[in-house]
Amino acid sequence: MSESTEVAATAQTGAVVSGASASLWSDAWRELYRRVTFWVAVVILLFMGLLATVPSLFTSLGPNGRCDVRQAKLRPASWNPFGGGPHPFGTDTHGCDYWAQMVHGTRAPIIVGFLVTGIALALAIGLGSLSGYYGRLLDTVLSRITDIFFGLPLLLGAVVILTAFPSHGVLTESFVLGLLWWPTMTRLMRGQVLSIRDADYVQAARMLGARDTRIMVRHILPNAVAPVFVYAMLNVGVVIGYEATLDYLGVGLQYPTVSWGLQLSQAQEIFTDYPYLLIYPAVFLTATVLSFLLLGDAVRDALDPKLR
Amino acid sequence: MVPVLIGTTLLIYLAVFALPGDPIRTLGGDKPMPPAVYQALRHHYHLDEPLIVQYGQYLWGLLHGDFGETLNGQPVSDVMKTDWAVTARLAVTAWIFELVVGIGLGVWAGRRKGGVVDTLVLSGTTLVIAIPVFVLAYSAQLLFGLKLGWFPTAGTDDGWPYSYLLPGIVLGSASLAYIARLTRTSLVENFRADYVRTAVAKGLSRRRVLVRHTLRNSLVPVITYLGVDLGSLMAGTIVIEGIFNLPGIGGQIFTAIQIKDGPTVVGIATLLVLVYLFANLVVDILYGVLDPRIRYE
Repeated sequence: MSESTEVAATAQTGAVVSGASASLWSDAWRELYRRVTFWVAVVILLFMGLLATVPSLFTSLGPNGRCDVRQAKLRPASWNPFGGGPHPFGTDTHGCDYWAQMVHGTRAPIIVGFLVTGIALALAIGLGSLSGYYGRLLDTVLSRITDIFFGLPLLLGAVVILTAFPSHGVLTESFVLGLLWWPTMTRLMRGQVLSIRDADYVQAARMLGARDTRIMVRHILPNAVAPVFVYAMLNVGVVIGYEATLDYLGVGLQYPTVSWGLQLSQAQEIFTDYPYLLIYPAVFLTATVLSFLLLGDAVRDALDPKLR
Repeated sequence: MVPVLIGTTLLIYLAVFALPGDPIRTLGGDKPMPPAVYQALRHHYHLDEPLIVQYGQYLWGLLHGDFGETLNGQPVSDVMKTDWAVTARLAVTAWIFELVVGIGLGVWAGRRKGGVVDTLVLSGTTLVIAIPVFVLAYSAQLLFGLKLGWFPTAGTDDGWPYSYLLPGIVLGSASLAYIARLTRTSLVENFRADYVRTAVAKGLSRRRVLVRHTLRNSLVPVITYLGVDLGSLMAGTIVIEGIFNLPGIGGQIFTAIQIKDGPTVVGIATLLVLVYLFANLVVDILYGVLDPRIRYE
């Protein structure tokens, strides 16, 4: 077995080919390599990732650490954050160092962004493949369920369900958003599978006696998943924006957790007098969301030769 | 359409009535309620029956145009009637704004792919999508309302459209960005089609090729998005109405969720879903107008 079949299978799907050959992914990589926006996005995201994983590199304080109410709402000494002073970014309404809070506020939104997208992507790939491949009754039922969830405005659904939940941790929020997020991706996946289902190489595989699962996983999935993946990448940024909105409305994460959304929520009443409380976290948040969008855009352009 | 309406309302119904806490006890305030009154109220709101029976009764009432009663004893339809107009005006303002400016920007950018305008529109729209809507709302309020004084900052005193302009623009901004990008991409793709080459070869003017041949075909995905978007605009008012202090159903439903006023939440949510479904129906009909190949037998 093994070697010759492996080579044959690889040649059929064209998925694992690497090196100098002109496969879809190596072509895409060559295209990406030249894009400035791609590298800008990657650098920003690496920085945010570092903030999220090792916050101690950037601040010696813990989350909500050494807050002093007598030091509340200290404006930053100057708009140049490298100007020195004990609180280069000022302090928040509880007298916590704003820079430290922003550093610790990175982790929650990024985890939520990836978890929600992961849950939605898993559901979309599973349900979309099944409904696109088998068609008939299963497709009808799954598509109607998708329609129902699609008809529910996302923000409304999230607010109602999150209010019902007794706990408001990162996991709860991700779970609820993930449950509401899958319909768009599922439709995309279903459409992809539908367009590939009757391709010649799929017919060939079926005639060679491949089982349904093998056809789905080895032949259809690698060729159908690229646009869904790109959408998911763009989506991480959108989820992070939504997470902040839910925090702002007061139904997302709650106090002992630190997140950009909560900081913005705190700033809302007094931002006319203390604009820095709104501006700093908003800049961090926007930069992160923007990087995910740019990354997704760049990858999509690279993968889709039609748009070149 | 009907299954979607039933499914979606059922979903919201289940979620709302799974909210922890007893709304009837909350009604009594601090004092404990006499058991007889408590039972009577529970019976009045059908809370003593199984959830699915309650839902059946609710749907039956809905069919007769009865949205039920809030926990203050007011008919939900009365609550909606007063606030509905505000939200409808806000959403329609946002919708018109994103339709006109979004398609306009998309066409402007798509006419010359890779040009200065194209690059500017693409980067500008990406930035708008990346800023959370409430941050945009506060910034716009501060800049255009307080500092420059171009628009009223809150309330509806100046009537439509003036009071609704700034909130509407903010509400529609993210969708505007999507529409501009969608129009642009669709236009760029269609410019390469054979029928466009034919039209140019026939010697038609640039304008006619753009408007009558390319744009008409490019608008199909944009119209789809516009239809779906009306529903999310309605939901987006939850955030915007609070910031600009507009007395609409977005603010109403948010308060209702917090005080566990189930009938109001489900009533308003049902209305939003109805709007969404109606917009989709209109879109389906519009497809046929835009693309004669699509026929409804």
